[in-house]
Amino acid sequence: MTTPDRPPVYLDHAATTPMLPEAVETMARQLGLTGNANSLHGSGRAARRVVEESRERIAQALGARPGEVVFTSGGTESNNLALKGIYWARRAEDPRRTRILTTAIEHHAVIDPLEWLEQEDGAHVELLGVDEHGRLQVDALRAAVERDPGSVALVSVMWANNEVGTLQPVEEVVTLAHAHGIPVHTDAVQAVGAVPVDFAASGVDALTLTAHKLGGPYGVGALVVRRELNVTPLLHGGGQERNIRSGTVDVPAITAFAAAVELAVKGQPDHAGRVTELRDELVRRVRDVVPDARLNGHPQDRLPGHAHLSFPGCEGDSLLMLLDHRGIECSTGSACSAGVPQPSHVLLAMGRDEAEARSSLRFTLGHTSTPGDVEAVAEAIGPVVERARTATR
Amino acid sequence: MRVIAAMSGGVDSAVAAARAVDAGHEVTGIHLALSRNPATYRAGARGCCTIEDANDARRAADIIGIPFYVWDLSERFHSDVVQDFQSEYLAGRTPNPCLRCNEKIKFAAVLDRALALGYDAVATGHYARLVETEDGLVEMHRSLDAAKDQSYVLGVLTQEQLRHSLFPLGDTPKPQVRAEAAARGLLVADKPDSHDICFISDGDTAGWLQEKLGSSTGTFVDEQGEVLGTHQGSFGFTIGQRKGLRIGRPAPDGQPRYVLDIEPVSGTVTVGPREGLTIDGIVGIAPRWCGPAPTATSECTVQLRAHGEEHRAVLHVDGESVTISLLDPAQGIAPGQSAVIYDGSRVVGSCTIESTSRARVAR
Repeated sequence: MTTPDRPPVYLDHAATTPMLPEAVETMARQLGLTGNANSLHGSGRAARRVVEESRERIAQALGARPGEVVFTSGGTESNNLALKGIYWARRAEDPRRTRILTTAIEHHAVIDPLEWLEQEDGAHVELLGVDEHGRLQVDALRAAVERDPGSVALVSVMWANNEVGTLQPVEEVVTLAHAHGIPVHTDAVQAVGAVPVDFAASGVDALTLTAHKLGGPYGVGALVVRRELNVTPLLHGGGQERNIRSGTVDVPAITAFAAAVELAVKGQPDHAGRVTELRDELVRRVRDVVPDARLNGHPQDRLPGHAHLSFPGCEGDSLLMLLDHRGIECSTGSACSAGVPQPSHVLLAMGRDEAEARSSLRFTLGHTSTPGDVEAVAEAIGPVVERARTATR
Repeated sequence: MRVIAAMSGGVDSAVAAARAVDAGHEVTGIHLALSRNPATYRAGARGCCTIEDANDARRAADIIGIPFYVWDLSERFHSDVVQDFQSEYLAGRTPNPCLRCNEKIKFAAVLDRALALGYDAVATGHYARLVETEDGLVEMHRSLDAAKDQSYVLGVLTQEQLRHSLFPLGDTPKPQVRAEAAARGLLVADKPDSHDICFISDGDTAGWLQEKLGSSTGTFVDEQGEVLGTHQGSFGFTIGQRKGLRIGRPAPDGQPRYVLDIEPVSGTVTVGPREGLTIDGIVGIAPRWCGPAPTATSECTVQLRAHGEEHRAVLHVDGESVTISLLDPAQGIAPGQSAVIYDGSRVVGSCTIESTSRARVAR
């Protein structure tokens, strides 16, 4: 039960993925330089240049215009800015716009700000259902929009689910919402670098991404948002980021973010092919040993690195602990601040019962994953599942 | 051995975990999540189930250098401890939820899971000593630090449970444990001790019960049955209680009045002078023996509440029925409390007090 001496088998890339060496290098170099990007002197101008070049590189990689990229502290802030900022601006334009339509499987960084808007600020939030694969039921969205389009402030639908990996019908959502002039936000933190993401082509009005999910550093991200769309700021101060997001920008983090986005987007097709193959092999090997293990999520329309499996008769947290003892690192779903395992709201929304929701593990592969990692899981999972099955609650 | 260290976030369980590591065991720290919604349980440093306590436990595990996980036992805790607490009060009894938690959660649900997952024992920061006898029995004794002794709340443990338990602090006085925590760099070294009931956030048991169970008015009567006043619910009282009765009119002799008896069905609370609280006989049910059950009649001592005094007694056991004759009478003992039976420093076992009989004293 001791942790082995070899490095851990890291299969939690959806939580965070190792920084790319190029990103580490550029960040380290920039950390040695001084300059507030808003200062007018030479050092300031040099820093500003790095920020603006980074903005252009990210925009270029994502099919956006540079002016559409607003740097933030990461996914949670980008989601809060999009949801609250667009809701406030849209409602200010027309007080009838108090409805926000979203899915029942969003990350807490979307669900919780919306709950807050509902409790504190008069919003009416509708959580739309998903099918058994965790895909938004577009008909439900259509019905909700058409019931009273004039009262909808915005629609927010994640690009891909963080737990089971199911891709969402963003195109259909955009077509439907835009027919009524309703803006669409998407939380794409899991998608960028894993599947093709083109901001302009997708038609979404606002898109959340974060650096540490694609090989960049923690604590930096962006909201890509159309210039035409008004966004009320959350943070007031020095007026940085075209007054939408005040605060001195983190130059070293931003340059590393840009390096990571560029590499991740450029390498996406190869990455997806390689990781899909490993992921499919992992699922196959696990089911060889544990035939009743059930793969959750959409069979095809899914992120390449996600393998979300239910192990009937097991507690996910027992499995996680036993694997962790063997140096295999995965997740039971999305991490929770208190560390208290809750049954996944995503699995529940997909129609699973609480016991099934609690019996799940999420393995997520990424750019450092190897066939050796898959081998390690295949070796460990049999005894671990057998052991966990004896530990009923 | 492979050991699960149950870490509450307090100083005792942190030092216990560290000592288990020093003893050469492979230790994994766990914190028990006892509420799905930790904010509803006690806030601050006093309790054992807040997010802050989970973080304190996690930091202690970091410093000790052991893996750490949170185990969600909120459902079991709610059904076996919190609901039991409510229903016992509804029935006019006064339960001790800490004993119930040790019996049903820490040394049952947690231990069972630990054994199933391949561990050999559960270590806690309780102050009690385990001694292995020549014939292979594990005896539980009072801790060296008499003021901190917690053998009372462990009196529900069976031999099988004791075999898989570790109490690394039983030989150490509390101040020494704090000093050791500081020397080990554990940040909880000066964290205050927890008291009271962890799931009642403000310590107001009567208020909590009233909120959960609602109020149902009843009457106060004296020993002769004369009605003295009304109250908002009998479960807000416990036998021996003097404060907060709010009867409104004083006793004729001006002496303080105490709750002598509670009749939950009619809601009748009998009050009277202190002498009426004195008992010398106990009938117990649901005995739990730490080792072989005592046979027939034996002399012993009993403790009737946490940190209560010892009473010399004669114990008579007949299967599931236990009769205790107190040689030193006791006061204010309520049905539902646990009687823990000792032979010297050794814990023999425990039973739940079903009824008491008044001492024949001149009144």
